[in-house]
Amino acid sequence: MYAKNLTRTLLALAPLLLAAGCGGGEGEADTMALSGMVAIDGSSTVFPISEAMAEEFQIANPGVRVTVGISGTGGGFKKFCAGETDISDASRPIKPSEIEACAANGIEPMEIPVAWDGLTVVRNPSNDWAVCMTVDELARLWQPGSTVQRWSQIRPDWPDEEIVLYGPDTDSGTFDYFTEAIVGQEDASRDDYTASADDNVLVVGVEGDAGSLGYFGFAYYEESSDRLGAVAVDSGSGCVLPSRETIEDGTYSPLSRPMFIYVKPEALAKPQVRAFVKFYLDNAATLVPEVGYVPLAADRYEESLGGLPPEM
Amino acid sequence: MSEERFHPARERRRRAGLIFRVACLASIGFSIAVLAILIVDVARDGWSWLSVDFLTRYPSRIPERAGIKSAILGSLWMMALTAGISFPLGVGAAIYLEEYAPRGWLTRLLQTNIANLAGVPSIVYGILGLAIFVRFLGFGRSVLAGAATLALLALPVVIIASQEALRAVPNSLREASYGVGATRWQTIRHQVLPVALPGILTGTILSLSRSIGETAPLIMIGALTFIAFAPTSPMDPFTVLPIQIFNWTAKPQAEFHDLAAAAIIVLLVVLLLMNAAAILLRNKYQKRF
Repeated sequence: MYAKNLTRTLLALAPLLLAAGCGGGEGEADTMALSGMVAIDGSSTVFPISEAMAEEFQIANPGVRVTVGISGTGGGFKKFCAGETDISDASRPIKPSEIEACAANGIEPMEIPVAWDGLTVVRNPSNDWAVCMTVDELARLWQPGSTVQRWSQIRPDWPDEEIVLYGPDTDSGTFDYFTEAIVGQEDASRDDYTASADDNVLVVGVEGDAGSLGYFGFAYYEESSDRLGAVAVDSGSGCVLPSRETIEDGTYSPLSRPMFIYVKPEALAKPQVRAFVKFYLDNAATLVPEVGYVPLAADRYEESLGGLPPEM
Repeated sequence: MSEERFHPARERRRRAGLIFRVACLASIGFSIAVLAILIVDVARDGWSWLSVDFLTRYPSRIPERAGIKSAILGSLWMMALTAGISFPLGVGAAIYLEEYAPRGWLTRLLQTNIANLAGVPSIVYGILGLAIFVRFLGFGRSVLAGAATLALLALPVVIIASQEALRAVPNSLREASYGVGATRWQTIRHQVLPVALPGILTGTILSLSRSIGETAPLIMIGALTFIAFAPTSPMDPFTVLPIQIFNWTAKPQAEFHDLAAAAIIVLLVVLLLMNAAAILLRNKYQKRF
């Protein structure tokens, strides 16, 4: 009785088992059954792109585990050069000191540009005066030791209201880039402002304070443009607001900047990391605009794909 | 004569009694009102997002696709490991302090330190965990490092609760056991522990339910990461419910704030279940003397 039942059950299950077996085989042939880890950390500005890539990549390759952390560009490079991560998100090019730190551990970072960002200066929507500022005014406001505390100190016809400043912390690539482009010297900034590595904290801060001013990546501005106003930047040829068009054609200057991922060649030897980087470049044109950034020209991605070291 | 010396003032005393009663009622009313407002607010935002899909999907950048599977599984892993570390250590320490330790200045010093540790802010444990478990012992940003950190946080409460439970065991029980020739170990194993166990379990579960709501120490050890997979070993990276909630509340889109509210409901349900388990255990096994 028991044996009969068992036979019957097995017979009934046989087609299912066969199908499962075949399915598995085909799957392997298609994706080479990728598995293992891809560890990413770094810039919170690049995070939305890497998060989207990680999500889609894991849907396509369920065996691979991708982690994306938010430590800031500088914090990300520290982990990257210590060998803790495979890929580092960066909103500025790597510094010579960081290349040295990497070299000390035998790591040669490979730079891959992935998108354009327009670093956006934001104001509270109730602020109807500072709709456009010159680079010089921004520099006077943000330079180290700046004594500008009230809006009227920037332009006499602006109201005599206190300026509350928000910005990224010193570990952030956005901070490095802004100080370089506006103040003229990297990392030179006044320090009496509310600093946070989390761009959303800055969004909430500027939103809650009528006299406030802050700066961060374009994607975070675009997500919250109903709650914040952008400040147009005048670098000598008129006021330009950040937008996908002005960032792409470079008229939003000097705050348009490329964003990167850095990969170590040893990590590229791992099939899952290599597949992830390829996926990143193949899908950048569709996913980068979806999360609020401006994609590079298509041939830039192909160039990077071609520049990957040959498979081992 | 006696009428003059004794002022009954019954009206005034009764009024004072009434005022005290109303004040007590108001304080419980206030606590419950705050809790109710919180729950109603969270439920209004999050209720419509709760679904089986929400529980079984991984986090996503698209709110409609987002779920808390990795956070729930991470929290379960975290809870199991934290309990596995803090329960034996905590109960062992409590048994030593109550049953073995000589009454002296050293024991008093230990006792005072444990009581103080119970009041240390959780972020301090996070810093400790980062230095010792993540870096020095090389656990990395893994479930194990997180659980070890939370176990440290839970340990003082587990020790103190277990001590209370052991102390509540009547001495006559120990003396009777010694009287029939049992050794100290046999007395503890067969008489004291079974009687104290419900109290020990209740204390442990309550301190664990505090641990699974902790966020700060885990952010400190670097658990603030996008994770869309379930851990399969103690060395895997992880995320937990409170971190997923923190992550979503920090996003600019309002849909994610509602998702966070839905995750808060799930976390509250988990906490309620744990507390209910603690009460059931206590009622089921408690013996009265």
